[in-house]
Amino acid sequence: MKLGISLQIAKTHLLTKKRQTLIAMLGVTFGIAMFIVMISVIKGVNKFLEDSALDSSPHIRIYKEITSNHPSIIEEANPSNFNIIYHQLPKNELINIKNGLQIAANIEKEPTILGVSPQISSQVFFNKGPVPFSGQIAGVDVLKEDKLYDLKKRVKSGNLESLLSTPNGILMGKVLARNLNVKVGDKITVTTPTGNLKLVKIVGIFGFGIQTVDGVKCYANMSMVQEILQKDKSFVTDIHIKMKDSQAALKYAKVLKNQYGYKTQDWAEANSAFLAGDKIRNGMVIMVSITLLVVAGFGIYNIMNMNVINKMKDIAILKATGFAGNDIVSIFLIQSIIVGILGALLGIIIGFCLSYLLSSMPFDAGDFLDIKTFPILFEPKYYGLGMIFGITTTILAGYMPARKASKIDPVAILRG
Amino acid sequence: MLININRKSVENEIPLLGVERLVLQATNINKYFYEPEKFQVLKNISFEANRGEFLALVGKSGCGKSTLLYILSTMDTTYDGKLTMNGERLTGRTQDQLAAFRNEHLGFVFQFHFLLPEFTALQNVMLPALKLGKYSSKEIEERAYQKLKLVDMQDHALKQSAKLSGGQQQRVAIARALINDPTIIMGDEPTGNLDRKNSEVVFEIFKQIAHENNQTIIAVTHDPDFAKGSDRIIEMSDGQIIS
Repeated sequence: MKLGISLQIAKTHLLTKKRQTLIAMLGVTFGIAMFIVMISVIKGVNKFLEDSALDSSPHIRIYKEITSNHPSIIEEANPSNFNIIYHQLPKNELINIKNGLQIAANIEKEPTILGVSPQISSQVFFNKGPVPFSGQIAGVDVLKEDKLYDLKKRVKSGNLESLLSTPNGILMGKVLARNLNVKVGDKITVTTPTGNLKLVKIVGIFGFGIQTVDGVKCYANMSMVQEILQKDKSFVTDIHIKMKDSQAALKYAKVLKNQYGYKTQDWAEANSAFLAGDKIRNGMVIMVSITLLVVAGFGIYNIMNMNVINKMKDIAILKATGFAGNDIVSIFLIQSIIVGILGALLGIIIGFCLSYLLSSMPFDAGDFLDIKTFPILFEPKYYGLGMIFGITTTILAGYMPARKASKIDPVAILRG
Repeated sequence: MLININRKSVENEIPLLGVERLVLQATNINKYFYEPEKFQVLKNISFEANRGEFLALVGKSGCGKSTLLYILSTMDTTYDGKLTMNGERLTGRTQDQLAAFRNEHLGFVFQFHFLLPEFTALQNVMLPALKLGKYSSKEIEERAYQKLKLVDMQDHALKQSAKLSGGQQQRVAIARALINDPTIIMGDEPTGNLDRKNSEVVFEIFKQIAHENNQTIIAVTHDPDFAKGSDRIIEMSDGQIIS
């Protein structure tokens, strides 16, 4: 009942000053719309980068770490002596994972695992004419690799299965292929770090949409890579694992490390640059959003303050006829809340429209990213958040003038 | 002097109903202004008002009559002394308690009509009753129409109050003061801003309220005709009641 009458007075005040109400509303609308657009763009970019990074990298990679950072035999034998060792070199270690294929088979039995692909990976040179291009060749079981990275979809020309029927075939990244000026069916010489040569045939060209992959990587049959590296049939250097839940991989990587004693790297570690970028962008969104909302809040504060000053006489008369301080606060606070709700709603609608327009705007990132339009994330959560922000700001900004109104001394005004 | 006589006569006539007839009692009211320098506006003022009495407060500008009225109205609480209305002691109550009291027991008519300009005449009359919440809004609307009829404004009920003439606005303001059937109606120069004709209309309404509805009226006025027509004139000078 009491709130009903405050609401009625608030409504009348707002409707008789339509232009002023609209301007106050637009302040909130603008703030919320920009908040929605920004958060949609940034979250969209974050998600796109994260997805493409995650898609092209394994959840967990198991490999052998080669370092020269180990104590020398002399030091081990006489730890208390004063030993001087010059130019210690790494040991002649094999970079393979012992029993790699067996380990992969064991891991694959786990129910949480989506797929496991053991592989042999090496730096190589591609020679076409006099100039060598460096690249990386991965000897894989292409069907297992497909299960991890959805290779079939990423093959731009040629096809995946022909790799199975062509022992010396390779699949090449599209940027590398363009640089080498080769097409499907062309032949090219591969040189290994140890100097072996092999003429291989390009059976397919793939693109992940990430330059760091498309510009260097090639897939070949595992046996062919083992052959050019002069290794045996069980020689694997990496095991790539994809799990059903990417978050679970962070824990499982540690389990695997303890279980097999090899170095494991999870996706977050491998993509730490991407993830750091995420954090910076998220921080920026928060900062700019707060600024926008504070500006909108000051707008409302000003307008409500003016409103209170214009309505001094009315406030005095309401108080004289028996309205208490709280009634006056609610009359003016309700006005702010109505302005906030309508402004925020309008802001959300405009924000959605702008985001939608942006999401259909062509955007050419070149080879760096495989992307045609702005990546925009439409997430209801952020629309709700915008609404809450808008209303909170208006309540905070409206409360002070409302309180001031309730403190007005009616005698001073009624006496003139 | 006059006050004392009055009280005595009341007590002598109907001693049992004496308390009930008395609706307002101010005892030893002192009031100071501190700006620009300390100055005593009201000096030990005591007076009483009875039910159905039409009182006129007169005096030269600056004699403190308006100040006294606003103390009686409960809106000004910075005074020394004791104020009792309707048998309730009001001195020392909080602003919100006083607001609730005003809402139910006091009506106000000001020199400048002070209607809420965005609302219709009817809505202006209804507001204090809606605040009181004693009746349903339908009943309140009916009662508001009755009060508007009393001041002969029923035909303008749905007009926006800003579009009414000064005299009309003042009549609506009186209807608003009456809506909750208050015990006391206070006026601060209720005819001060009106022409001869409208002043007479307002005066007649006041007289009718006091004598037919038995509601007390206390009005500050400069209008000698208005004062002459009242039941009792309280004249003030220099912060004191002189007659």
